[in-house]
Amino acid sequence: MKILVAVKRVVDYAVKIRVKPDKTGVDTQNVKMSMNPFCEIALEEALRIKEAGFAKEVIAVSIGPSQCVDTLRTGLAMGADRGIHVEANSSFLPLTIAKILKSLAEVENPGLIFLGKQAIDDDCNQTGQMVAALLGWPQATFASKVVLDKDKNVATVDREVDGGLETLSVDLPAVITTDLRLNQPRYATLPNIMKAKSKPIKKMTVQDLKVDIKSDIEILEVTEPPKRKSGVIVSSVDELIDKLKNEAHVV
Amino acid sequence: MIMQKWTRSGDFLRFCCKSLTYLRSKENNSVYSSVSGFVHGYESKSKLFEPNDGNHNIELQHRCSGRNLGMQQQYRCFGSSSASKIQRNPLFSSLDAKDISYFKEILGEKNVIEDEERLETANTDWMHKYKGSSKLMLLPKNTEEVSQILQYCDSRRLAVVPQGGNTGLVGGSVPVFDEVIVNVGLMNKVLAFDEVSGVLVCEAGCILENLATFLKPKGFIMPLDLGAKGSCHIGGNVSTNAGGLRLIRYGSLHGTVLGLEAVTANGNVLDMLGTLRKDNTGYDLKHLFIGSEGSLGIVTKVSILTQPKLSSVNLAFLACKDYLCCQKLLVEAKRNLGEILSAFEFLDNNSMDLVLNNLVGVRNPVSSSENFYILIETTGSDETYGREKLEAFLLKAFEKGLVSDGVIAQDINQASSFWHIREGITEALQKAGAFYKYDLSLPVEEIYNIVNDLRGRLGDLANVMGYGHLGDGNLHLNISVKDYNDELLGLIEPYIYEWTSKHRGSISAEHGLGVMKANEIFYSKSPETVALMVSIKKLLDPKGILNPYKVLPRSLISDDH
Ligand SMILES: Cc1cc2nc3c(=O)[nH]c(=O)nc-3n(C[C@H](O)[C@H](O)[C@H](O)COP(=O)(O)OP(=O)(O)OC[C@H]3O[C@@H](n4cnc5c(N)ncnc54)[C@H](O)[C@@H]3O)c2cc1C
Repeated sequence: MKILVAVKRVVDYAVKIRVKPDKTGVDTQNVKMSMNPFCEIALEEALRIKEAGFAKEVIAVSIGPSQCVDTLRTGLAMGADRGIHVEANSSFLPLTIAKILKSLAEVENPGLIFLGKQAIDDDCNQTGQMVAALLGWPQATFASKVVLDKDKNVATVDREVDGGLETLSVDLPAVITTDLRLNQPRYATLPNIMKAKSKPIKKMTVQDLKVDIKSDIEILEVTEPPKRKSGVIVSSVDELIDKLKNEAHVV
Repeated sequence: MIMQKWTRSGDFLRFCCKSLTYLRSKENNSVYSSVSGFVHGYESKSKLFEPNDGNHNIELQHRCSGRNLGMQQQYRCFGSSSASKIQRNPLFSSLDAKDISYFKEILGEKNVIEDEERLETANTDWMHKYKGSSKLMLLPKNTEEVSQILQYCDSRRLAVVPQGGNTGLVGGSVPVFDEVIVNVGLMNKVLAFDEVSGVLVCEAGCILENLATFLKPKGFIMPLDLGAKGSCHIGGNVSTNAGGLRLIRYGSLHGTVLGLEAVTANGNVLDMLGTLRKDNTGYDLKHLFIGSEGSLGIVTKVSILTQPKLSSVNLAFLACKDYLCCQKLLVEAKRNLGEILSAFEFLDNNSMDLVLNNLVGVRNPVSSSENFYILIETTGSDETYGREKLEAFLLKAFEKGLVSDGVIAQDINQASSFWHIREGITEALQKAGAFYKYDLSLPVEEIYNIVNDLRGRLGDLANVMGYGHLGDGNLHLNISVKDYNDELLGLIEPYIYEWTSKHRGSISAEHGLGVMKANEIFYSKSPETVALMVSIKKLLDPKGILNPYKVLPRSLISDDH
């Protein structure tokens, strides 16, 4: 069985996001970019499944500009067997990405597709669900535990839902999206970084995959959330009540 | 994460102080010398510290017999008999009500602190090893107030301790007896920043991390960085000539501090707040205040050259099988990564275990444990260039066998967790119990020999750890013990100082001398040099009110009084 893992290149989790002055998007010039943390977890899970003997190959896919190759190299250094880079210079919304992943799945025929539950840049939380729907495969989102049964060809997945944990059993092939507590991703070690240098990364274009990239969604404006006003320290209960009454108008 | 802990060290200290007091009363006073570690080098049978009760003498036996490895001669300079005393200088006045009301008049009620809990914190050092008994802390808001305070204290001959973030590691920032604490923490404004030259001018009480935060959106960084950044003040950094993690790249504060303003003991304000990189007009006196640990004046403003924040920072965490490999790796790194190398730090396996056992959520980045670990950081302007250069360098080192395993941080989060291991050692030491801390400069090839020698000497009695700024030849040698213990201390000191002196090292690479090593200065400085230092001290502070009992040998300072 092959496992396909989608890995997205995003502004590093620790970097403060800044909106471009013309409000067309987020500033990514000269900003540290890294692999989306949820994708890292997805890749780690795929690697563990392979190491446990349930899969033969882990393929990392990244869709975006040429620097996505760096993200793929990180994936290969973690242990993925090969990479696919679908070159795209405009940034795509989830539906387009899902269509690209669907076409790739039709070429590669994986038994499992792993994705992060969301990307930390746009926080959409849609791609995994859309891929499953387009392929007509079962889906298990927000996974915090994944157990494979090779003989029965099913995956048992614990997912984190509002009320607690829900356990699902899905037939393979399936789409799984990963939550934070699923695992702790490994580091890229020197021997693996060295090995990664000789692992192949295949370049493809949207045209190769025959995907229609026309989108029905148009982004009008990107703005920062309103700044929270700083609090004040009140000196007495009376002052607090006064403020709640006359300034906040809540009592 | 780690920073929150530092900034909250006040709470922690308060807690520790309670336990310290508890221990003291339980053991009938006789424990002070061993609990505090304050009296290292002295016998414990001494009459104990009874602060501020009219009897200010602490008589302590000098362990002279242990100091005979060629050092005797120097020690004769300041102790004629075998007994040496730390005693409160009787010429200093004690506070009275008139003093307090004068201070309230100039500073306002609120900035004259007599509250016991706050004083307890201010009287106790970061390691809760040194503890004074000051009854008063003053919080000036500007240079003028500092000047008024000092002028008054000088006229009344009240002793003063300048205090910053109180993170110093040699007992320099807390009173020894009842000195008045002057803390410049309220002087925390940035005064100017020049985006062209990168020169930052600020008040001395600015917290290092706040300055870094101020600079970040402007695309600059401070030229120094250290584990205590969440609490330490820039004035404290300047006064201790703090080194830290970026020294290998940006040099010491003697190079990056372009100017400062300081107030001397008599209240004189010295305006040396230049912002020029080059200025050869007469003696460059600002250097006297860089690293003099508050013994010559209170630093009130600082002008410092900050550095452009470069976008490509890469960090590797490596394992080495022996110290020789670490050394060779350093040589290669300087040669091959020169223009982008920004940190080269090391820790041994004992330090790693200490961190793993005492800090939560830490894991060893490499899969199996090794004898040594190295952090190499590169900083440059081109992401691809920096990363490829570092990777190529490390792969070569790996093939040559200099590095047995290693990882490269793939994102900032991973990098922070690697740094957390190195920066967390001091905190882990503190959590593990009592510890003796030494900060030595040695030729790189000698650095680990002293750790091994000391391990042999102490055997099972203690856990000896070595880590530090290898790139700068700076070893932090730490000895973690269950309880402070004078017998053990007798095995450690003066052994370490003699060893260091023999190898022409420095007994204080970056932490300073404070009260801990004031008497040990001769291990690293010639008598003539020390004599000139004493003259300078007497010139700038004739009544000796500034940070008494510290930095210079006590006997040389108090002789004339
Ligand atoms: C976790 C940790 C990590 C550390 N790492 C390093 C490191 O990597 N490198 C390094 O060099 N040091 C390190 N240190 C020690 C270092 O000396 C201090 O952190 C720092 O430089 C002192 O600043 P502070 O504001 O806390 O000064 P304090 O501790 O308050 O004072 C230190 C000395 O300076 C004097 N002083 C303070 N402010 C003034 C002033 N405005 N004018 C005149 N004198 C003043 C005091 O009297 C005292 O003698 C570390 C400490 C800790 C706790």
